[in-house]
Amino acid sequence: MTRLIKYAEPYVYILLLAIILLFFQATCDLSLPDYMSDMVNNGIASGDSSYIIKTGFLMLGVSVLSTVFSVSVGFIAARVAAGMSRTIRHDLFCKVETFSNAEFDKFSTSSLITRTTNDITQIQMLVVMLIRIVFYAPILGVGGIMHALANSKSMTWIIFVAVVTLLIIIFVLFSLALPRFKSIQNLIDRMNTVVRENLEGMPVIRAFNTQKFEENRFDKANRDLTDTTLYVNRLMAVMMPSMMLIMNLVTVLIIWVGSNQVSAFKMDVGEMMAYMQYVMQIIMAFLMMSVTFIMVPRASVSAGRIADVLRSEPSVKDAPDAANIESCSGLIEFHDVSFRYPGASEDVLHNISFTALPGQTTAFIGATGSGKSTLMNLIPRFYDATGGHILLDGVNIKSVSLHDLRKNIGYVPQKAVLFSGTIGSNLSYGDKDAEEAALMSAADIAQATEIINEKPEKFGAPIAQGGTNVSGGQKQRLSIARALVKKPQIFIFDDSFSALDFKTDATLRAALKKETGNSTVLIVAQRISTVMSADQIIVLDHGRIVGKGMHADLMKSCGVYREIALSQLSLEELA
Amino acid sequence: MSEESKRPSQHRGGMAGGRMGGHMGGGMGAVEKAKDFKGTIKRLLNYISDFKLSIVIVMCFAAASSVFSIIGPKILGKATTKLFEGLMAYALGTGLLTDFDYIAKCIVLLVFLYIISAVFSYAQGYIMSGVSMKITFRLRRDISEKMNRLPFQYFDSRTHGEVLSRVTNDVDTISQTLNQSLTQLITSVSTVIGVLIMMLTISIRMTIVTFLILPLSFSLLMFIIKKSQKHFKDQQKFLGQINGHIEENYSGHNVVQVFNGEQDAVDEFTKINDDLYRSAWKSQFLSGLMMPVMTFVGNIGYVAVCILGGYLAVHRAITIGDIQAFIQYVRSFMQPIAQIANVANTLQSTAAAAERVFEFLNADEEIPEAENPAMPEKVNGEVSFRDVVFGYSADKTIIHDFSSEIKAGQRIAIVGHTGAGKTTIIKLLMRFYDVTSGSIVIDGHDIRDYRRKDLRSMFGMVLQDAWLYHDTIMENIRYGSFGATDEEVIEASKAAHCDEFIHALPGGYNMVINEDAGNISQGQKQLLTIARTILSDPKILILDEATSSVDTRTEILIQKAMEGLMRDRTSFVIAHRLSTIRDADLILMMKDGNIVEQGKHEELLKKGGYYAELYLSQFENKTETA
Repeated sequence: MTRLIKYAEPYVYILLLAIILLFFQATCDLSLPDYMSDMVNNGIASGDSSYIIKTGFLMLGVSVLSTVFSVSVGFIAARVAAGMSRTIRHDLFCKVETFSNAEFDKFSTSSLITRTTNDITQIQMLVVMLIRIVFYAPILGVGGIMHALANSKSMTWIIFVAVVTLLIIIFVLFSLALPRFKSIQNLIDRMNTVVRENLEGMPVIRAFNTQKFEENRFDKANRDLTDTTLYVNRLMAVMMPSMMLIMNLVTVLIIWVGSNQVSAFKMDVGEMMAYMQYVMQIIMAFLMMSVTFIMVPRASVSAGRIADVLRSEPSVKDAPDAANIESCSGLIEFHDVSFRYPGASEDVLHNISFTALPGQTTAFIGATGSGKSTLMNLIPRFYDATGGHILLDGVNIKSVSLHDLRKNIGYVPQKAVLFSGTIGSNLSYGDKDAEEAALMSAADIAQATEIINEKPEKFGAPIAQGGTNVSGGQKQRLSIARALVKKPQIFIFDDSFSALDFKTDATLRAALKKETGNSTVLIVAQRISTVMSADQIIVLDHGRIVGKGMHADLMKSCGVYREIALSQLSLEELA
Repeated sequence: MSEESKRPSQHRGGMAGGRMGGHMGGGMGAVEKAKDFKGTIKRLLNYISDFKLSIVIVMCFAAASSVFSIIGPKILGKATTKLFEGLMAYALGTGLLTDFDYIAKCIVLLVFLYIISAVFSYAQGYIMSGVSMKITFRLRRDISEKMNRLPFQYFDSRTHGEVLSRVTNDVDTISQTLNQSLTQLITSVSTVIGVLIMMLTISIRMTIVTFLILPLSFSLLMFIIKKSQKHFKDQQKFLGQINGHIEENYSGHNVVQVFNGEQDAVDEFTKINDDLYRSAWKSQFLSGLMMPVMTFVGNIGYVAVCILGGYLAVHRAITIGDIQAFIQYVRSFMQPIAQIANVANTLQSTAAAAERVFEFLNADEEIPEAENPAMPEKVNGEVSFRDVVFGYSADKTIIHDFSSEIKAGQRIAIVGHTGAGKTTIIKLLMRFYDVTSGSIVIDGHDIRDYRRKDLRSMFGMVLQDAWLYHDTIMENIRYGSFGATDEEVIEASKAAHCDEFIHALPGGYNMVINEDAGNISQGQKQLLTIARTILSDPKILILDEATSSVDTRTEILIQKAMEGLMRDRTSFVIAHRLSTIRDADLILMMKDGNIVEQGKHEELLKKGGYYAELYLSQFENKTETA
């Protein structure tokens, strides 16, 4: 929580103002009983009606003032809370945008989303409550005690006892409930996990007839959550009655002590009545404060989660003296590159060395987990290699600015991603100034023309968030077209063709061949037919290169390659 | 995790956050309304009717608690009056200074009343949290069980997120209302009535004056609510926009980076964030007005009571203690009124939540099982499709006329382009959906004559996307057969060629599969599901593009394992990879929901039809570049 304190810094003065206003508000609120006491002692006792009315209007004026102060504080609280959360949200978003895949792996994408949305809402709520109530209660408490002191010292101890008892109750309740509050969030997550798994695995569950097992699994999560919530609710149910009881007993105490004081002429009846009202106000303030405390555990978890993100530094970033490159030929060299995921115990890539030449296609093939995609991720620096060097036109990519490096790369991921907007805005994502003719020809090559033509709005056809209104194959083709529009010097197709059927795959690659001209093309593929015609095929196995060459050579020299090839095509077909 | 499952929880998240504000801004957000408020509330009451007795007790306790505490100020007032009278009498020299006996009696009575009130109050809170949690638990369990009885059609038209938010957010809303708002309503109403009675017993004139301020407070409240509504809607809208933007950019992070789209994303974000800020502080401020305004109205009442009370006291119409009691009553009058206003809103959103939950619980279930189910002693695995017609919705037929006879132990390859209806056939076979007309017969019995459980236990299936759950690898494999020993699990995993990579993982068989982290690769997950199927030892095998995300080399390993498994078992294989299906006993070539060709690989190639075309399309590229 404390790590987010700096976001309050710009508001220090206005917060001070809020505290001063709260102080005035407390003064007004506390002076009302004084006026009433005055009214009783000097008005009622002496039967002076005009005095009563005069005092009455004074009281009205005071309460108007109090309202004005309180509304002003509300205004400040709303502005500060919304302003703080705007800044935090902004910083968080900007920070996440600089993250590399390593940080995304660490936090997980869905968790980063929650941190930028729900967690900040929590903070905003808390800040409002803090300013309006948590600041106010102590001011009112202290003010009340001071008032009581000024009036008559003899009963101050009662207020003191009341406040201390209250604080003890709040402390005990919360120290019991707080750890549970935290675990409730985890238990909710766990229950959600079970439900989500049940929804996603419905065919499997029904096929294996494991409904009962799943119900028991859910029951357990449900039971744990229910029990903990029940415990906390019952604990919190203590709060209201006990606070009310304290408030009531204190008024009784005041009557008892007060009547003794009054009889001893140490105090007026009006003063005693005023005392009762101080106490009621103070206790009410503490009551509200303790209600606010219920929010604290959730918000502090949120604050911690936000701070964790803000604190982490992206593992991939520009070197201090990063070179700017305008254009490049696209020559890529791997020298003895190895890679290990953060926190892993073993390298997933070992001693990778190869050269990919401009104008040529280099294809990568290998078993699942052999490291093909990981290798691709090193080129746009989604991760940084942990050993060896990757050179672009002879320059280490770590010393090139990220912006310039990526400017030269056209990347098509395994899982196509589109953004909300239109087909046009998606295609021109890499080159805002691209003309429609350029978009058209890219779409043509990517076999995406029919997708565009079947929509009445053509390029203006809307794409929903996450591209949910186009099919998987269509998404993939649009995502290929998007990379083409960029006209980069290096193309990376990370298993981009397997979502397409054979026929589309073949036509697309034939069209692509013409377009990519003197660019460097890197293709990761599952199908042997996709890689057969490449200028260079690199065979990976368990993170090592076990074969390098053309199809015909590899068929002779590389056992792993032959095995893959034979599993897909018969010998005659491969000849 | 699917994208849509995250989304609704966030939209609702804002509302759930709003609830935390309690009395301050609680019900003031844009409240969703139930379509059928009365009907839903009736159903909800019906649902909780098992707890009738407890709820009646809670109501009595809540009422008793407020009544006992309401008497307090009146007795306190009497004590004060006695004290004041004593002073006056003493001043006039006509009596005792202070009647301590009387005051002491009052105080003992008060302490007693207050303690009773607190006990009742806690007792009702205790009982009610128990009741509400029991109801919550039951609702959740009913939903989870219902999920397993709903037909697949139900989920076709709904996202996972929708169902998920019913289990959590909607049930939570109901639970909170039961736990807090219900008793709050009772307490508030009984307090208002009780206070009213007490006020009337003290002074009718003063009560009337106090009541004059009620319309004022209500109209002020309405004014604020109306004003803030617009900003709340705006806030909701911008919150939705910004969440969408965040989700999209985070999910597509790599694409954003490689296209250097960060700056654009930040610019767009800043724009929405500013809009959100403006609507957020306005709605926050306006809803925050509630409390000071109510306090102000309360103060007006307070002052009015002081003035009028003072005036009446001077004319000896009421006593000083009455004023004191009245002030306390006025103070405890405003809060329940604000609470009642809030409860109305809460009930609305509760009804909306309950409506969604009940809609789910009352949705049509799978058609009942056959009355005299077929119970074959031994499954041979003869499958025949007879004139099968099927469509996911009535107006769109996917499978037009599908017939085929499959002998026990045959290997069937289903081939065709995406959307040709291959997976649909499998779903019909497993009775995930029922045929529209025609029939599917296994070993001479219509599949609808089997119990679903018996039918499905004949099958072993490896699906397109590998589904595993949050537990260890060992337990995930054991899922195929819960009675299996560790040794049997390891045996199956060896057969599926998993054993080797499992040993390389941290923790080996005890490694917990994580939903998010993806701590094992897609291909490895696939292998685990194969191990699971091997363990379940099915009579009929279904491989639904199972090997498409497993690499060809891994596939060879799997094929070797499967080869043994498929021997003497009827098996259905769907795959794009033609090599997988070349050895099939029967190839079913599907196109637009129909079987256009049936036969063996060579036969179909010779025929030169659709199959031949699909097969040859693999080599177009090769011939072109050659």
